[in-house]
Amino acid sequence: MRFKRVLRLLCAASMSVALVGAASAQDKTVKIGAVFPLSGNAASAGIHAKFAIETALDIINNPHPEFGNFPLANNAGLAGLGGAKVEVVFADNQGSPATGQNQALRLITEEKVVALTGSYQSGITLTASAIAEKYGIPFVNGESVAANLTERGFKWFFRVTPVATDFARIYFDFLKEMKAAGVKTDNVALVHDNTEYGTSVASVITSVFKENGQSIALDIPYAVNATDVQSQILQLKEKQPDVVIMIAYASDAILYQKTMQSLDYKPPMMIADDSGFSDPSFIKAVGKISQGVFNRSSWNVGPAGSPTAIIADMYKKRSGDEMDDTAGRQMQAFFVLCEAIDRAGSTDPAKIQAALKATDLKPDQLMMGYKGVKFDDKGQNILASGLIIQLQDGENYVAVWPKANAEKDPVLPYKGW
Amino acid sequence: MSSILVQVIVGGLLLGAVYALFSSGLTLIWGMMNIINFAHGDFVMLGMYVAFVIWTLFGAGPIVGAPVAVLVLATLGIIVYFGLIRSIMKGPMLAQILGTFGLALLLRYAVFWWFGANFLSLPENIVGGTYDVFGIRIQASRLLAGVVALIVTGGLHVLLTRTTLGSKMLAVAEDSAAAQLMGIRPDSMQAIAWAIAAGVTGIAGALIATFFYIVPTVGETLGIVAFVTVSLGGFGSVPGALVAGLLIGVIESLSAYWIGAVYKDIVVYSLFLCFLWFRPQGLMGKA
Repeated sequence: MRFKRVLRLLCAASMSVALVGAASAQDKTVKIGAVFPLSGNAASAGIHAKFAIETALDIINNPHPEFGNFPLANNAGLAGLGGAKVEVVFADNQGSPATGQNQALRLITEEKVVALTGSYQSGITLTASAIAEKYGIPFVNGESVAANLTERGFKWFFRVTPVATDFARIYFDFLKEMKAAGVKTDNVALVHDNTEYGTSVASVITSVFKENGQSIALDIPYAVNATDVQSQILQLKEKQPDVVIMIAYASDAILYQKTMQSLDYKPPMMIADDSGFSDPSFIKAVGKISQGVFNRSSWNVGPAGSPTAIIADMYKKRSGDEMDDTAGRQMQAFFVLCEAIDRAGSTDPAKIQAALKATDLKPDQLMMGYKGVKFDDKGQNILASGLIIQLQDGENYVAVWPKANAEKDPVLPYKGW
Repeated sequence: MSSILVQVIVGGLLLGAVYALFSSGLTLIWGMMNIINFAHGDFVMLGMYVAFVIWTLFGAGPIVGAPVAVLVLATLGIIVYFGLIRSIMKGPMLAQILGTFGLALLLRYAVFWWFGANFLSLPENIVGGTYDVFGIRIQASRLLAGVVALIVTGGLHVLLTRTTLGSKMLAVAEDSAAAQLMGIRPDSMQAIAWAIAAGVTGIAGALIATFFYIVPTVGETLGIVAFVTVSLGGFGSVPGALVAGLLIGVIESLSAYWIGAVYKDIVVYSLFLCFLWFRPQGLMGKA
């Protein structure tokens, strides 16, 4: 009895999946699902992601000749599908891996989306993309950096962003160059939360530094969404590391900066691993007491009139905030996905998958400062790259390394407030 | 004792005072009418936003923000009592739980819609910076919250044990029907209890806002600690909540410092469960 019911459900599910393909091919819209933290503690990031994707939709669905050769901008809709408009169905992961998974399932089976993007937190991208894999729906991720996401042998998962390994190397090279310039960098401390993101980035940094003959002097993990971080700061104060690398989401990042000020602790040098420290509300809340913090980024506004400058302008009009690296990487991933659908000339998930595999975008076709977009067998973009930025005035990050891309020289030591 | 260790303990005490302040409204509601207010954390969150709005509009710190938060929250408390609590108290236990839980979500998403998801923050020096006492850093804003926690706890205790109003409220809590026969109106007493509890929550929010970030979900982050504080202190006991808050603050800080921040919750909650095993009524609760 029970078995029969399950069987019936499965039949219904598989039929509805089959119907999606057939039905949406005739539609004039291409439906894409986006799972982001629209509520919960990371809602700030999720809502900015939504603004970023809505900006991308404006560029794709309306004619924008001012963008020149930028893919998908010139004409209205996707030329490869006879000008079909792209529609995005947003879903809220509430900051929970289980909810993210349910939402992915709902988008695929009920909203009948042909591809998915999201989900900000690595731990949620992990679960949501597993559903996409099961149903054979392409999942293009723009911002989750945990290493294992592309180590699962998935065939439908594509990641555009540089990953923890890339950044760990950037940090190492940057510190090496600083050391050559006479800065003390031997004693490195890591502070990270216990999420998928925090633990995996920390362990990748540890192993990359180890490969290069440097061990991490102090490792401080803590539970995410902390109510208090005084003890962590006091541990740092006691051990006096030369460099502190912080891996934290926005709520904790703000608390750390406030607590560092109240306990009067300034490391000589502080590097933040994007996420919380790139959140626009982080800069507004505690930017002024975080002057001189280094961060990683792949986003640069560029000269006036360039596609990136126009995008930054459009995004600011929509969101009221400056474009940041995280929103930029999400937007870039969405463009990559739409470009592949356009090239596939079809909403058949298998054809989109094939087109994604054949993606070969050059730097001038991108809004982010990557060397290009080309996926390896695991679905990782092998041409992703980034640079080091610094919050020198407490209001805007500027590029400081490598020298070729630098707008200003790095300023040391960490100033704080 | 090294100065760092002293700093850890002082930090723990100040944190604990905040936990106590945060929890006093919750324990009062429980003591008065045996209802757990799951919207408690979100009341605190509203207090934080009131302080933020007062600062944005008038540039005023918690000296203005806290009284305004008391007024706003106390009014809300009365509205909530007559609009929701009075009717759900007649229903089954589950209705009471889900009723205040629904209220929590309503408040959270209303703020979310109005203010957005951005993290907000009051300026760092809004309560006069940080004192340095023999190398021990004491943040003025946390110290203020700690002192106010002591005053509020003392005040509530005196109110409940030494005043006619307090006796009437306790009489209603003890036996509403008997109190009614003595000429006490349970409805007004319970509405007053809600107003006081919510008002205290408003003070807590306005003061916590001076050193914590403000976001619609902040009640969720801080809320769990409040429930632990209240049950450790003994449901309904205001002084119990103070002692429990301080205890949790210090244990948290010490375990984070000695064992590691990622393990501190394990330490706190296992000690908490062990304690409840031997004394389920909490530190100062009635058996």
